[in-house]
Amino acid sequence: MDAISEIEVEGAALARGRYRARRTPATWVRNGGLSTLVFLLPLLFVFGAFSWYPIVRTIVMSLQHTNLVEAPTWVGFDNFRAVWNDPLFPIAVKNTAYFALLALIFGYPVPLAAAVLMSEARRGRGLYSALAYLPVVIPPVVAVLLWKTFYDAGSVGVFNTVLGWVHLGPYPWLQSASWAMPSLVLEATWANAGATVIIYLAALTSVNAELYEAAEVDGATLWQKVWRVTLPQLRGVLLVTMILQIIGTAQVFLEPFLFTSGGPANSTLTVLLLIYNYAFGNSLGGDYGMATALSLMLAGFLAVFSLAYMRATRSWSTE
Amino acid sequence: MSNDERPPALITSADWRRPTVRYGVGAAHVLLLVGLIIVGLGPILWLAKGAVTPTIDTISHPMALFPHGAAWSNLRRAWVEVDVGRYFWNTVVLAFGSWLTQIIVAATGGYALSVLRPSYAKLINALLLATLFVPAVVLLVPLYIEIVKPPIVHHSFIDSYWAVWLPAGASAFNVIIVKRFFDNLPREIFEAAQIDGAGPFTLFWKIVLPLSKPILGVVSVFAVLASWKDFLWPLLVLTDPNKQPLSVRLPTIQSQTELGVFLAAMLIACLVPIAGFLIFQRSFLRGSGLGGALKG
Repeated sequence: MDAISEIEVEGAALARGRYRARRTPATWVRNGGLSTLVFLLPLLFVFGAFSWYPIVRTIVMSLQHTNLVEAPTWVGFDNFRAVWNDPLFPIAVKNTAYFALLALIFGYPVPLAAAVLMSEARRGRGLYSALAYLPVVIPPVVAVLLWKTFYDAGSVGVFNTVLGWVHLGPYPWLQSASWAMPSLVLEATWANAGATVIIYLAALTSVNAELYEAAEVDGATLWQKVWRVTLPQLRGVLLVTMILQIIGTAQVFLEPFLFTSGGPANSTLTVLLLIYNYAFGNSLGGDYGMATALSLMLAGFLAVFSLAYMRATRSWSTE
Repeated sequence: MSNDERPPALITSADWRRPTVRYGVGAAHVLLLVGLIIVGLGPILWLAKGAVTPTIDTISHPMALFPHGAAWSNLRRAWVEVDVGRYFWNTVVLAFGSWLTQIIVAATGGYALSVLRPSYAKLINALLLATLFVPAVVLLVPLYIEIVKPPIVHHSFIDSYWAVWLPAGASAFNVIIVKRFFDNLPREIFEAAQIDGAGPFTLFWKIVLPLSKPILGVVSVFAVLASWKDFLWPLLVLTDPNKQPLSVRLPTIQSQTELGVFLAAMLIACLVPIAGFLIFQRSFLRGSGLGGALKG
């Protein structure tokens, strides 16, 4: 191979952004294979140690009896059976499903309506979105503990005070088994709705204005334009935010942990709280096998649910 | 794209000429603004008021505005007596370290996968994408065990800040948005630099990093905010109260202090995220939109 054609080969390799000449360790180093690996090292180390390895480890641990003191022993599917037979398991599943359902009812239509209105404001859209997003930047612990004060049954309770002005209440926000979960969802919705609003606002900017004009030429009213143009144009984003919200709320932890510790009478015990209790709730030592088994069951359920959801909505989300 | 750049499209000027639309939409906007102020700003204003109100006043009349004057001492007492100053500093150190790991991993990883593109890049990409589909809860227990009893190094990392800093870097979302940003940079720049004799390190320092300031800004803003908001993980791995960040300490502070001082502590915990949001509003809102675009 003469010098010129070698340069051409190298040039072509450069253009593709990779080097594939003769493959020996020496050429690999000279052609940048080693420096590429150096750049990948932080990623490989951090993901290997703190993401890929623990994922594999979860599966192993769910099949073992582990308590950090004795050597782990293989127990097959005993952990999964133990979780399945735990009387708290169906309660936690039911509560988590209830939380997710309430979160959809409280938190799904309002951000959409707000975003459509906000995107049509003639001025001050920045102010609207800043106000909507503000609760999202508040640290969740502060949000929960602040709302705990708002929900207080005593004289400091802001909600009962304000409702008292119009002769309503007092309501047992966190004290009653039937009120506790909606109260938790209300706070969670407040804390998260702003992020959804921003996603909708971004999606609304991509709606083709010509569709509105065409609808108008056909004599559509404003209301018809919202229902026949805006919402159908947003359905892709709407479907994604719905499944993401379900996946997120299925993993709710902070609200039940800090508001009620799962009470009263286990009415706010969620799956994640149960996982936490298995692993860390017992001061004598955690049952890590049961905790990992339940987390895998949750992950498996969410994967199957997401697949079924995508399959069921596929015909609807694309034209 | 900023929302202010696009003119309103749904409601046309013909619509605006109709009185029902003009007054109806106008009224809806006023309601929305009032609602957003009450819901978005109200709780924070109440917290700010409570933080400088004597406890006894807040307890007896939570909605009254300074019936017996202000108690600025709440803030000082929270900072000094309840040690919020120390926990605040802990939070800053934790956020800084988590930010640094995330930036290093995302920038170098994104660069290697997008610009250098080794033959095994596809495999790493797939492994990164896969982690996006694994719920965070799956990692919780094995990560904790790994910190207590790490393999190879037989030394517990409980109460070490490395236990928070390093796992923070494993954010596939960061790597993917940075990689996408690099993918969209014109290839000609890299090729020209390579022809001029720039090696991969020069290319990274002199060309790619300066060009990637906008995306690294977005990653930074979210990295610091996420670290500031984090609760469960630092609660598990930092057991020494003197090392814990504010969010982990707040529930304990609540049970040990009077309400006014506690509200002051919570206000202090909010100040950095709120100030950061007001300063970097564009990055925040663009990043959230980006998240939506990626998810969509």
